[in-house]
Amino acid sequence: MFIKQVSVFLENTKGTLREVTQLLGENEINLLALSVADTSGFGIIRLIVKSGDIDKTLEILRNSGNIARVNDVICVRIPHKPMGLSEVLAVLEENNISVEYSYSFCRSTIDDAVIILRPSDKVLCAEALTKAGISLVSHDEVDAF
Amino acid sequence: MIQDRIYNSQMECMDPEVRRKLQGERLRATVALEYANVPLYRERMDKAGIKPEDIHSMDDLKYLPFTEKTDLRDEFPFGLLAAPKDQIVRIQGSSGTTGKPIVSGYTENDVEVWTEMVARSLSAAGCTQDDIVQVCYGYGLFTGGLGAHQGASRLGAMTVPMSSGNTQRQIMMMRDLGSTILCCTPSYATYLGETIREMGLVPGKDIKLKSGVFGAEPWSEEMRVRIEELLGIDAIDIYGLTEIAGPGVAFECIAKHGMHVNEDHVIAEIIDPKTGEQLPYGTPGELVFTTITKTGQPMLRYRTHDICTLYNDPCPCGRTTVRMGRITGRTDDMLIIRGVNVFPSQIESVLVGINGVAPHYMLVVDRVNSSDTLEVKVELTEEMFSSDTVSHIEGISRQISEQIKSVVGIAAKVSLVPPKSIPRSEGKAKRIIDNRKI
Repeated sequence: MFIKQVSVFLENTKGTLREVTQLLGENEINLLALSVADTSGFGIIRLIVKSGDIDKTLEILRNSGNIARVNDVICVRIPHKPMGLSEVLAVLEENNISVEYSYSFCRSTIDDAVIILRPSDKVLCAEALTKAGISLVSHDEVDAF
Repeated sequence: MIQDRIYNSQMECMDPEVRRKLQGERLRATVALEYANVPLYRERMDKAGIKPEDIHSMDDLKYLPFTEKTDLRDEFPFGLLAAPKDQIVRIQGSSGTTGKPIVSGYTENDVEVWTEMVARSLSAAGCTQDDIVQVCYGYGLFTGGLGAHQGASRLGAMTVPMSSGNTQRQIMMMRDLGSTILCCTPSYATYLGETIREMGLVPGKDIKLKSGVFGAEPWSEEMRVRIEELLGIDAIDIYGLTEIAGPGVAFECIAKHGMHVNEDHVIAEIIDPKTGEQLPYGTPGELVFTTITKTGQPMLRYRTHDICTLYNDPCPCGRTTVRMGRITGRTDDMLIIRGVNVFPSQIESVLVGINGVAPHYMLVVDRVNSSDTLEVKVELTEEMFSSDTVSHIEGISRQISEQIKSVVGIAAKVSLVPPKSIPRSEGKAKRIIDNRKI
């Protein structure tokens, strides 16, 4: 129902994003999706990697002194057309679920757009979307993109 | 040029030998009072094998035990009172070395002593009943506001209790009332001066200030020149601490070379901070005060941890009291930020009190637009990163900042930084970066 996301806390200074991505790259970890939340003082990077890479990613990040965590997020597959995302968000709104953050996949082998959502309540969100006929993407499917 | 008026010439210009005798008598009475009423002093004197009868004159001062700020914290709130509680008419306080504040209880006599000391200071800055004194120190437990207020009122001046903050309103009142004497911290005086200039107001025309009495934080000759230029005034230094009375313990005269200690009320000593031995005039060391006229919470040999030098060469103003030079440093890690005493240990006690926060921190102090800023860098832990939303992380920063504000009494910017990013040093951790150029 959910997919796993790795988040890393970084100081908002020059070079930190490059360092982390380089570190993962050198360890053969490919980033399937990425978002950067930035404030004036710090940044949080959220990453989606293949399910088999999650533990390794965490280990690499922590061993190099970073604070990292894994949490569940919702991944939905929606038609790649105007209004695609807003129709999904309308479902959440009707169910009083807010979105903490959202981002999309860099690329996929399918025609649909693939969006990641961090809702206020992930269980409610998954139920609401399924009921509305919006298909959730599993991590296994993500691995196949 | 302002006119320096000596408020109490009998006491301020007394023959030093006669004064020393008077100090000895008052010291003896204070020691007897402490021994009879304060268990802490009785225990310490017993331990040192000293009885009140052993104290005959100033020469015996060196045998008395020291008092530390931690004693005020440990005996908080009333353990050091030498008078019955019903004789205490005022409580003033400041921050302690950890979360707990320290307080001082004043009898009516003590408020009177303090008022007299501030009156002498303001009088040296030219204050008379014709003046309008604008007090922009905070009013409250902090001794700055009420201290200046009482002193100015004693001289019959029109006293304007503005308290701190709201610069635009301060300047409006200063202009409309025609305030002639300003009391605040030197950094705030600079800020007021800069703002007045930015507003296009002209000192001497729109602003009628002639002098200012500035204290509660260390400053320099360079700052004096700057303030005097900005505001077109004479800038006078004043020193004090809540433990001893408040502002007015020592003050500058118009000669502006050292602050006259009110020696008929307090005894100043300089000691070697390591050995505790008394040092002669002219030698820098730790400043130690003994109150000799207070009855509520008198202090014997209170270690200020301020480093300075005492001078007893004659002063052209005619006062015969010893003078203390500028505070050149601290023997501990206390910081003075916007007039508030801040110890790294206070910040640490806040951090360890918050779940998941590790006590790896760094204090960065700077001065931006004449105002001190405090940034507290705290290392993030796995526990604190229990949610990866920005609002969660910012919520933690806010929580830490609010706790610091409530415990230390100062607004701080809290920055969460990655783990291990704060340098670990061998031995004593380097917790402070002070970028202020005072």
